[in-house]
Amino acid sequence: MQRFEGTDSYVASEDLQVAVNAAIALERPLLVKGEPGTGKTILAHEIARALGRDLITWTIKSTTKAQQGLYEYDAVSRLRDGQLGDERVHDIGNYIKPGKLWEAFTAPAAPVLLIDEIDKADIEFPNDLLLELDRMEFYVYETRQVIRARERPIVVITSNNEKELPDAFLRRCFFHYIRFPDRETMLRIIDVHFPGLERALIHEALSVFFDIREVPGVKKRPSTGELLDWLKLLLAEEISAEVLQSRDPRKLIPPLAGALLKHEEDVHLLERLAFLHRRERQS
Amino acid sequence: MFFSFFLGLKAAGIPVSLREHLALLEALEKRVVAFDADSFYFLARAALVKDERYLDRFDRVFAECFKGLDGPDDLKRPLPEDWLKKLAERLLSEEEKRSVLAQGGWEALFKRLQELLAEQKERHAGGGKWIGTGGTSPFGAHGYNPQGIRMGGSSQGNRTAVKIWDRRLFRNLDDTVELGTRNFKVALRRLRRFAREGSALELDLDDTVRATAHNAGWLELKLVPERHNAVKILLFIDVGGSMEDHVRSSEELFSAARSVFKHLVHFYFHNCLYESVWRDAHRRHIEELGLVELFRTYDKSYRAVLVGDASMSPYEIEKPGGSVERWNDEPGAVWLSRLFAAYPRSVWLNPVPERYWGSMPSIAIIRGLIEDRMFALTPQGIDRAMRTLSR
Repeated sequence: MQRFEGTDSYVASEDLQVAVNAAIALERPLLVKGEPGTGKTILAHEIARALGRDLITWTIKSTTKAQQGLYEYDAVSRLRDGQLGDERVHDIGNYIKPGKLWEAFTAPAAPVLLIDEIDKADIEFPNDLLLELDRMEFYVYETRQVIRARERPIVVITSNNEKELPDAFLRRCFFHYIRFPDRETMLRIIDVHFPGLERALIHEALSVFFDIREVPGVKKRPSTGELLDWLKLLLAEEISAEVLQSRDPRKLIPPLAGALLKHEEDVHLLERLAFLHRRERQS
Repeated sequence: MFFSFFLGLKAAGIPVSLREHLALLEALEKRVVAFDADSFYFLARAALVKDERYLDRFDRVFAECFKGLDGPDDLKRPLPEDWLKKLAERLLSEEEKRSVLAQGGWEALFKRLQELLAEQKERHAGGGKWIGTGGTSPFGAHGYNPQGIRMGGSSQGNRTAVKIWDRRLFRNLDDTVELGTRNFKVALRRLRRFAREGSALELDLDDTVRATAHNAGWLELKLVPERHNAVKILLFIDVGGSMEDHVRSSEELFSAARSVFKHLVHFYFHNCLYESVWRDAHRRHIEELGLVELFRTYDKSYRAVLVGDASMSPYEIEKPGGSVERWNDEPGAVWLSRLFAAYPRSVWLNPVPERYWGSMPSIAIIRGLIEDRMFALTPQGIDRAMRTLSR
């Protein structure tokens, strides 16, 4: 059996490895939740890369229907072809468009199927996929054929918690909650993405980063993704550790903070704090 | 196998079924993990818990069921004194260091830490109240939490002083405790669900084209309920006085609510409702709105949500002139009854933990007035409140 142990560009904590390997061994979907920006979607990419499988991504939107993942019957083109007298019209199979699940089931080698942000869809959406994910097969009414998975794909499902998922669906999954990485894990993650980065810079950047996360009342706390973007910017602008370190009270807002803070209100909050801080110093 | 553990999870209110249990056994049989305690813990967690809300409860049950799994050696190992000192140097200010010395110096602090750790271990099921709660403990007070900091040993996470499940990293995800904006959103969205019921129908063009083609060109009209949130809410928030402690959680609810409802009007009051409410918490008395006027402006289709701790002297509810702010001709109870009559679908959310409700006479009075539709200001309580509102 293939085991997943993280890759050279993805640090998987031990509990995450256990959850992924359990899902692979028992051929069940793995449901991944966690704060935005903790690498839920990337996980599927990395599993595919580590195990040498293809990745099929099905990104869910609020209008996505379960049926679209199986197949769609394009009645409109068939009607048009019928009116134009096209020969193709006699075979209904010409108008069946396979969806992502079909693709995953019929792939020559079992791929990794990523169902991204399942909570975006309608509340009934997961229920509509129960049987298909459980048995890994479905029936196409128009052509009376059964599509069955030759090898069960590795299914990774991500959710941002916008809706509660039905119990029956949850019972069929393994579950992992990606916790926000602590300082040590974060160091390993940075090492993987920016090997050989100056220690002092990492150290200062992390301090600033975790400080901002600790500020009470921040609407969108920066997460791993934002930290990596910010580091990239710091490198591009050649900002040194000393600049970060200086902590000049007049410049409490770190350089290039736009990469870390996405809400205007958060920037204002920090500015206000900086102002208060400065006033305290003066009096 | 592990049946008492399974039953323990059930007793703790974690929704586990036989299916999950069998999945765990199957995974063990297939040797998904090596036979060590940590891996077993991770595997059991992935197989049995399906929602981060239950992770903390799971950790507690696990600690209870598998007590002494690794042997208690870790705890007996003396803590490196240098390390403790260094940590304290980093974390404590000069003043705090002096107070530490006044309390008996490093040795005493050191001994106390060991005691606390042992204590915490033993009494874990009781809620781990010793370290990290702040206040009088010399440890919690400085924001230094031994649970969160690795104690000696290697950095790989296995050989830490406190076992992984005992660190209770998921405590703040439990829905009976935490009041995060995200948790609120999940609960508040419950109201959204029937927002689509009973609203006007609109033409579904895509589906109509599809159905018509399916019908070989014979026109077939498809209609869907209009997709908009029809739920209208009047939100009343108690500000000032005994609510100071709860203002933060109320504000979190408020910020969560704003993005969920299309029609949300908010008002503020102090302690109890009287003849008028304020539009703006900071400009009270300037932008007042009479309750009678309010009843006229917003009809019965609105639902009223009151957020307040309902903790005051019973006098403030039941007697004319009971208000702490001004003279009121009619008692608060009369105005509350009028409000509940004007908006039959109303609930009261109370940030005071439910177990203290019995000891507060004013809470009992208001619960009586609103016919028991008072709920705790936790995601679970909100969930129940929203169910009640939606009936």
